[in-house]
Amino acid sequence: MLSRNAANLYWLGRYVERADYLCRLLEATIRLAALPASHGGADGAWESAIRSAAVADRFAASGRRFTEADVGHFLALDPTHPGSIRSCLEMARTNARSLRTALTLETWQAINTAWLELQRFGTEETDPLTLMRLLDTVKQALLAFDGAAHRNQLREATYWFMRLGTSLERADNTARLLDHKYHILLPRTERVGGSLDYFQWTTMLRVVSANTAYRWVYRDSVKPWLVADLLILKPQMPRSLIACYEDIVFYLDRLARERGRPGPANRLALAGLQRLQATSIDELFQEGLHEFLLRFIAQNNALGDAIAEQYLF
Amino acid sequence: MAGAFDEMLGSSPYADRLDPAAVRPVYQAVARWLASASPELLATRRRQAELFFRRIGITFAVYGDPDATERLIPFDIIPRVISAEEWALLEEGLTQRVEALNAFCADVYGPRECLRAGVVPEDLVLRNPQLCWHQLGFRPAGGVWTHVTGIDLVRTDPATWMVLEDNARTPSGVSYMLENREVMLRLAPELVSEELRDGGIRPVETYTDMLLATLKSVAPPGARGEPVVALLTPGLHNSAYYEHSFLADRMGIELVEGSDLFVHDDVLFMRTTAGPQRVDVLYRRVDDAFLDPLVFRPDSLLGVPGLLRAVHAGNLTVANAIGTGIADDKAIYSYMPGIIRFFTGREPILANVPTWRCREPEALAEVLDRMPELVVKQVDGSGGYGMLVGPQATAEELDRFRQRLKAEPHRFIAQPTLALSTCPTLVDSGIAPRHVDLRPFVLMGAHGITIVPGGLTRVALKEGSFVVNSSQGGGTKDTWVMGPGGT
Repeated sequence: MLSRNAANLYWLGRYVERADYLCRLLEATIRLAALPASHGGADGAWESAIRSAAVADRFAASGRRFTEADVGHFLALDPTHPGSIRSCLEMARTNARSLRTALTLETWQAINTAWLELQRFGTEETDPLTLMRLLDTVKQALLAFDGAAHRNQLREATYWFMRLGTSLERADNTARLLDHKYHILLPRTERVGGSLDYFQWTTMLRVVSANTAYRWVYRDSVKPWLVADLLILKPQMPRSLIACYEDIVFYLDRLARERGRPGPANRLALAGLQRLQATSIDELFQEGLHEFLLRFIAQNNALGDAIAEQYLF
Repeated sequence: MAGAFDEMLGSSPYADRLDPAAVRPVYQAVARWLASASPELLATRRRQAELFFRRIGITFAVYGDPDATERLIPFDIIPRVISAEEWALLEEGLTQRVEALNAFCADVYGPRECLRAGVVPEDLVLRNPQLCWHQLGFRPAGGVWTHVTGIDLVRTDPATWMVLEDNARTPSGVSYMLENREVMLRLAPELVSEELRDGGIRPVETYTDMLLATLKSVAPPGARGEPVVALLTPGLHNSAYYEHSFLADRMGIELVEGSDLFVHDDVLFMRTTAGPQRVDVLYRRVDDAFLDPLVFRPDSLLGVPGLLRAVHAGNLTVANAIGTGIADDKAIYSYMPGIIRFFTGREPILANVPTWRCREPEALAEVLDRMPELVVKQVDGSGGYGMLVGPQATAEELDRFRQRLKAEPHRFIAQPTLALSTCPTLVDSGIAPRHVDLRPFVLMGAHGITIVPGGLTRVALKEGSFVVNSSQGGGTKDTWVMGPGGT
């Protein structure tokens, strides 16, 4: 496979995942903002969304305020913001278009349709109902994309590179989301269910679409340390850091089989997975959750560099 | 234009109800289908076609139009039908013409016999900017220069097809031929199956297999094992990018850009995730001038430094060969009948459109005199740009062109306005005749010439217009060549 195509596929996976994450983040924030300020709602929710998307500096520079209209526009439709859903989809589609030979017709159609549908919403601020509809549309279109890729793409380098990008981006998103909220996850002696932070935790679960998953896994009320456990160390949870790394190791392994031999990226990914497997949530809290997450984000970035190096992007 | 030959009705006029007796035999099934379909149904089908094209991403970039970097070429859902006998004649004529074009290239870059024999004026070739001096003395693999040629044909009466233009560099449009058929099969399966009963529409989908076989047949002497073929595109922003990716996809070859390639020790390689991989045959859709910055335009980022050396070392075949622009030059065009006689020893089967060469003083005088009834073309223009259609030009435009002709007569040729044939076309007011042309695609490999039965029919959607170029609002139609025994 051409190295340029491999890079395009990898970034296609990343952009699609980022757009999906932003949709879920906005949806959860709209819910949270509907609560009174004393429960973490109102305008505090929008500030929090900007921080969870790791775009605080850019947002501040744009001179906007933490309101639904401003944040919603900035994260969803702003064509001048490279981190908006619109920009992510545009880049994903450009990548896909330059790769038409590598994608099946249906995979291409799915991403092309997502882009065409989004364009109907324009580039201006929207009312909340339209924003909800937009998020729903994009989410559905991206599900169609994932489905088409999963069902029809040959299981060879094309698919592995795309999935690799998805998993790496997903790990990054989950880690940043956790790091932004790490202070509310620390174990404290508080009345369960009555905490001010309760809605913050459930919002976080919602962002990674794990509200129901949590109940299935723990069969318990929402407790912050268990939320952290779910999103970091539970392999059953598809957006957890450990699940992402299991996937990354698998995809890199498949690519190595086609290429003939594993490289530095394979070793880095495996080391990362083993570190997660060897740890427990108690140890993480003792070590310091914030420190752990910062280190993880840095290591995840280093892995991205190693992949680019290994496949000559 | 009144009196133009209509391919469905001959000279009978269009009426609200088609008279079955007036319909030419080859169009009977189409006419029945049109008679049975309500206007609403046809309109729905047209909308479906547009949706389908947009979904699969067939778009066409129009240069200089910032609002429409991706635009659809309108597709007309009424197919154009060519009978088996008509096609047999075209096939023979196209084969003859492309053999002559190829022989002309080999001769110009080789012994130059046709110049010495006075078939073409020497200065017209030797001073032609299309002549590539680096290729003098070069002999491509299999003796093939023009691997893919698109010949633009127009029809003026039931028996006469004329060549309007040869495209021997990087002709495009073949993906529309293939996709138009796909869309037609989806939109009007009942019509297609009726035609099947009547003898059958010859398939076009084998084109990409034929193209790949053609490209592999001209692998360079330095190739080892199964030749590796790649398609070189200028990139995503090129107007024909969709076609490039489509063809690479159908042939199962890599779609490469200049930055994916490098030359090492006079061998061309592409950068892959498994390391460098050798390329033997490059089907390039990049113009000569951009192919190799060491030899041609030094500012080109679309090509590969050292590419020409790899070709001359016998390690790489570039298709079409570098320098074929000399054969499809508009100034050379008017000499084609002589070129065909000289190289094939036979009379041309397909006529040329009568052409005034403005470089000749008597011709220039006549052209200046009769300009309002002529089409004037710049010899180095393409895509309908730099062209004057006399009958539709304003007095100012005519004046401006007269000045340009007087200043640089050698840059222009002129042709009569032809009564191009028309085909039934779905327009806002219903079904009406519109002027068409035809571009069949001719493949030439080491083992000879193959032509897929079909081509790209372009249609001028504006009433009375002759300009079919997609960059100027033309549309396309599916082109059906009927099998032998069909109507």
